Amino acid sequence: MTMTPEVSTAEPRFESVQQVRERLADVNYLADEGIAGVAYLADRLQKPILVEGPAGTGKTQLAKSVAEITGARLIRLQCYEGLDESKALYEWNYKKQLLRIQTEKGEGGDQSGDWTDVKDDIFSDEFLLTRPLLEAITADEPVVLLIDEVDRVEVETEALLLEILSDYQVSIPELGTIEAKQIPLVFLTSNNTRELSEALKRRCLYLHVDYPHLEREREIVLAKTPGIGENLADQVARIVRSIRQLDLKKSPSVSETLDWARTLMLLNIETIDEQTAKETLNILLKYQTDIAKAVKELDVE
Amino acid sequence: MPGLFDRDGPRVTNAATQPATGGPGGMLELLNGFVVELRNAGLPVSLTENLDAMEAVQHIPLEDREAFKYALGATLIKNHAHWRSFETVFEVYFSLRGPEYKIAEDGDGDTDIDELWRQMQDLQQQSEGKGQGGMDALTPEEIAQMLMQALMNGDQGLMRAMAKQAVQRFAGMEPGRPVGGTYYLYRTLRNLDLDNMLDKMMDATRDEIPGEMTPLEERLEKEEYEDRIEKFKGEIEAEIRRRLVADRGAEAMAKTLRKPLPEDVEFVHASRDEMVSLKKALYPLTRKLAARLARKRKHGRKGPLDFRNTVRHSLSYGGVPAEPKFKYPRPAKPELIVIADISGSVAAFARFTLMLVYAIQNQFSKVRSFVFIDGIDEVTDYFKSTEDIQEAIHRVNTEADVVWVDGHSDYGHAFEVFWERHKKDVGPKATVLLLGDARNNYHASQSWVVKEIQQKARHVYWLNPEPKSYWNTGDSIVGEYGTYTDGVYECRNLRQLEGFVEKLA
Repeated sequence: MTMTPEVSTAEPRFESVQQVRERLADVNYLADEGIAGVAYLADRLQKPILVEGPAGTGKTQLAKSVAEITGARLIRLQCYEGLDESKALYEWNYKKQLLRIQTEKGEGGDQSGDWTDVKDDIFSDEFLLTRPLLEAITADEPVVLLIDEVDRVEVETEALLLEILSDYQVSIPELGTIEAKQIPLVFLTSNNTRELSEALKRRCLYLHVDYPHLEREREIVLAKTPGIGENLADQVARIVRSIRQLDLKKSPSVSETLDWARTLMLLNIETIDEQTAKETLNILLKYQTDIAKAVKELDVE
Repeated sequence: MPGLFDRDGPRVTNAATQPATGGPGGMLELLNGFVVELRNAGLPVSLTENLDAMEAVQHIPLEDREAFKYALGATLIKNHAHWRSFETVFEVYFSLRGPEYKIAEDGDGDTDIDELWRQMQDLQQQSEGKGQGGMDALTPEEIAQMLMQALMNGDQGLMRAMAKQAVQRFAGMEPGRPVGGTYYLYRTLRNLDLDNMLDKMMDATRDEIPGEMTPLEERLEKEEYEDRIEKFKGEIEAEIRRRLVADRGAEAMAKTLRKPLPEDVEFVHASRDEMVSLKKALYPLTRKLAARLARKRKHGRKGPLDFRNTVRHSLSYGGVPAEPKFKYPRPAKPELIVIADISGSVAAFARFTLMLVYAIQNQFSKVRSFVFIDGIDEVTDYFKSTEDIQEAIHRVNTEADVVWVDGHSDYGHAFEVFWERHKKDVGPKATVLLLGDARNNYHASQSWVVKEIQQKARHVYWLNPEPKSYWNTGDSIVGEYGTYTDGVYECRNLRQLEGFVEKLA
């Protein structure tokens, strides 16, 4: 049976799931069992994590927090439509290459003779511009690589990521294969606007981050809004849950919940009544139709 | 009194728990069986994912059931819509193999619940002065009282214990009886009368709290209770499942509990729960579909040479047109006319199609919609006047004037009226979608209308929510209409509907 765990050269970053959870809590990221468990596994199995979920549930924050607790540098690749190799992986610094050739000419010699030298020279490390992905694997220090909103690139561009995700290496035709000096912890986030390719999914651990449960949301509000009373935090969490049950265009995200809690704090409100709720709804909801619907729902029947 | 707390102990121990304790080989076998069951349930699991799962569980302490579940989930399930199916299979497959079960076996676990029970029992005995004690002596009213206490305090342990007690007492489960879990669930819930429970709880809260409750507070409180009752129902279901698995074995149970994935649920036969999950699945689907269609339109095939653009780019090569540029054709957006039967049998299907079409309406240059039963009415304005599709659908169902004589489908009359009123609106740019099962109640078909439409419109398609094998049986005349269309498509579930709409735009 080939089930013996791979002998990895790198020290595991975490001891146990519980430890991941505690350390994330230290930096004010309240992970649930699933989040902590998958982060722990990703480290042990040396696999990337694909984090999916509605906008504003702390997907990007998770990567940042993990970077913080492991003392790693965060390298971020923001995806967008039209992202290509030269923006994501590497690019040859052709201006510098041109200069190099020009200098050769200027010095006078018979340039055709040492063309091979020049060619070898201009395709060397010196003329290579590293982009986030290459940077992440060539870094000496520990790194957390965040590939944000991967669902925004085209299906074809996804293929760029496959090599680095499964083998932690990058092949450059002129240079050969560059292997990772250390295995970075990789997070890919997706808002699920399209189905990612099977090839990509297969290489990743999958984590769905949803809106938090009532208790967890209350904890988050308490942790992230210093000075807020237990009572108010509880009310905030309950009302947000209530609003999320409505059929809305865009449900309030965790960050919007926090904004709302802070606003209520600034307004010196201790308990929320219908009036305050209605007047401050525009912080939670961003569409006029959603606000109208919520107002109607919260209204006295 | 042991009968209360042992959960069908000895009968189960030998068979079901063995694999888990059988060392790594046993684990391998167990996981393989699990993966086979996942595949049977329609979830795609690749070989690499299977291997990943096996590696993953080695890093997880096996006693930690939650961690075990998440480890398997993260490696095997890569689509959130599949999570529920995964959970069900997991519960069935590992329900007797988890630590929960082991604890019960050893008899030393569940202490806090036991304690609680005993305390409650003592209290009960003291107050009632009953000698023999034991939970079985409690009357249903007393049980209801205790359950209400547990729900109001949100006491998880007690709720779980109550669920067990309720199942044992009310479900009337007998080993070997070939009855599904839903039957037992129904029996248990009927005896507990949870709907009334909610009202009673609200009354009790109102009494407890000094002064008036504001409507907002009341609403929040009610939602909290509803949430707890839902959880409690979940506990009951889990308990019934556990007992059934103990009785029949995991494989057999997994088979009976197998449910179609949301995208495979048939519109016509969807239950209320399935409708809810369908609705949830529809929204991300529309977003994906819209993104895909927009992309398709943008990144089309290469067209003829774009001379201007080529010359402009040639400047960076010193005037040499080294990089030819091409025009990308942008296919025209089609105009869409949807004519949908919204009589009872196919209403759900029409609703989903309309929702889907309107959610991606910016992919069409114009969408007009008509609904009919035996009369026909235009409902385009309902969708225009509001951004909220749900509300528009609600208005379609309540306000549209679709009944002419008796409210039984009459395709012929509806088509005839449509043609009379809207003949001029069907032009060469329009694609016409006819939705329905073509069960015409033996009225005149008036299929010449469809023929006329086909001659004027760009395309005519018929979408039928019935399985193909039912077509043209009984009063279904889809074949007759179909001859005048550019295609009749079976659209029984979201997956087929999505496929069709993508083809359309």
